[in-house]
Amino acid sequence: MRAFLFLICPVLLFLGASYLLPFLGIVQLSFTDPDPGLAQYSRVLTEDLPTGVIWRTLRLCVMVTAVSVSCAYVITLLWVRGSPLVRSITELCIMIPFWISVLSRAFGWLSMLSNRGLLNTWLQDMGLIDSAIQMTRNEFAVVVGMSHYLIPFAVFPLATAMRNVDERVLTAADGMGATRLRIFWQVFLPMTASGIMGATLLVFVFSIGFYVTPALLGGGQSVLVAELIYLWIFQIPQWGMAAAMSVVLMLGVGGILYVLMRRYGEMAK
Amino acid sequence: MKSEAIVSDTTQIEARSVGKKYGKFHALRDVSLGVSEGEFLSLLGPSGSGKTTFLMMLGGYEPVTSGQLRLDGQDMTTWSANQRGFGMVFQGYALFPHLTVAENIAFPLKVQKRSKAQIVDRVAQMVEMVGLDGHADKKPKALSGGQQQRVALARALAYEPKVLLLDEPFSALDKNLRGQMQEELRRLHRELGTTFVFVTHDQEEALALSSRVAIFNQGALQQIGTPAEVYERPANRFTAEFLGDINILSLAGLSDAPIELPTNAAAFDTLAIRPEHMRLATDTDANQLPATVRDRVYLGSKSRLLLETRAGEELMLYFDNGPGVPPPAAGTELRVAWNTPDSFAI
Repeated sequence: MRAFLFLICPVLLFLGASYLLPFLGIVQLSFTDPDPGLAQYSRVLTEDLPTGVIWRTLRLCVMVTAVSVSCAYVITLLWVRGSPLVRSITELCIMIPFWISVLSRAFGWLSMLSNRGLLNTWLQDMGLIDSAIQMTRNEFAVVVGMSHYLIPFAVFPLATAMRNVDERVLTAADGMGATRLRIFWQVFLPMTASGIMGATLLVFVFSIGFYVTPALLGGGQSVLVAELIYLWIFQIPQWGMAAAMSVVLMLGVGGILYVLMRRYGEMAK
Repeated sequence: MKSEAIVSDTTQIEARSVGKKYGKFHALRDVSLGVSEGEFLSLLGPSGSGKTTFLMMLGGYEPVTSGQLRLDGQDMTTWSANQRGFGMVFQGYALFPHLTVAENIAFPLKVQKRSKAQIVDRVAQMVEMVGLDGHADKKPKALSGGQQQRVALARALAYEPKVLLLDEPFSALDKNLRGQMQEELRRLHRELGTTFVFVTHDQEEALALSSRVAIFNQGALQQIGTPAEVYERPANRFTAEFLGDINILSLAGLSDAPIELPTNAAAFDTLAIRPEHMRLATDTDANQLPATVRDRVYLGSKSRLLLETRAGEELMLYFDNGPGVPPPAAGTELRVAWNTPDSFAI
């Protein structure tokens, strides 16, 4: 076995050259541009703009994760435990968005939610509202768009957990006279907790680095960390700040991953 | 079997021509039997014989497609599992993996909305009864198979059901543990006086544990009776061959031998004798049949002899390896004998 370890060297070299070296460059930049020292970090962690963006990102990502995982739970329930017809319909609903690019989906939501979009037009035509409701260029739109993208990713860990539930345990609870509601809350839901944890982990980590969806649907009104980094590189160049923010983002995600993975590992035991 | 009265004063559960169809497939047909209060009934049969289906129908977990089930004289055919209120030990135990031993046992009591104090008392009592002291706060995964089995028993018995149903509860345990759990189950049955209905494919287990055994094959009830009845007087060839070993002789091949047939022989064409009821003949024996030793298997205190009759039928008998007398070797010609009451025609 050990003799063949050298075979993975090309991959390591490629990753080193394409990820590690540039990242080290960014780390260097964060300590040197424009002046050597920790000034960039102290600005990123204290100034109103970056801290506000960090908090908004965390808040929005928690919301997105909550929305995605809850929606995904219901969808997975239908997919795993529904009648054959319900199952195939749900399967299509899960798979089709997977084949559509994130950009198209964001534009799709724009044409749905914007002031002259489908939803506002319908509501006005039906006389339910007088003037358009602002549904884009705000956090609502960002949460909707991001959740829509992330739901399928939450479905798979949940499906695995739900398929592993021993049917006899549910039958046993039913035989003891437990209501459907009690069986769901006290038996099925806790038995799928590891899936919920896995889905949460996956969706949260994905959501933190999101760029396209918040940029398009937020319309510059709810800037998230990734968009701020973009702005600091291309619009108002402050590369040192962008680099420091990147490192903070990287460490933050790594830290969250570490804590959640440990928790997940304990649950899986 | 049909002529036998299946209902008596103590009958608790009664099945009247109960059947189960999946599409066109008959999983079970026309089963009629009665279970008395406090009885330990085993449902025994090979896999696919319908025994588990019947248990699930008794418990209310599988709908009955024909016939009627009665509980204490009332029709319970359409009652849900919960309405019947039987305890159930599932194959694989079906414990709640996220709950501790105590929480598992408390679950049905909480469903019944018993008071906190009552639940705490009852759980402690059950934990002690099944010998799990010190394990109450552990999750099922931290327990051995035998211990999980005990939790399943305690949970099923916690709400004092009138009837306890068990679906192959010991199939996942190794042999030593099996024996131990069988003892435990006998003790619980003695102490509680609850009716036990027990599914197994292990004939020794069924004979050792039960007050009566119901034998199933291919979706039909073959025979029901005490362990001695079904073993010593099997109703048909399946039962005879399924329980233990048996020597089967065609009556046609015996017509010229000096053999006294059992009284019912006229209606049947084969004679059956258990190996342990057969011996090497002495001159004074009444029923004698010549045979040749084909093989000899040394088993310690006994040897198993495989013989062949002149008609070419195989026989088996056990020879006690006593002092001084060596077992006959392969090729030896000898005669075997048995007492007429130990033989039966099937």
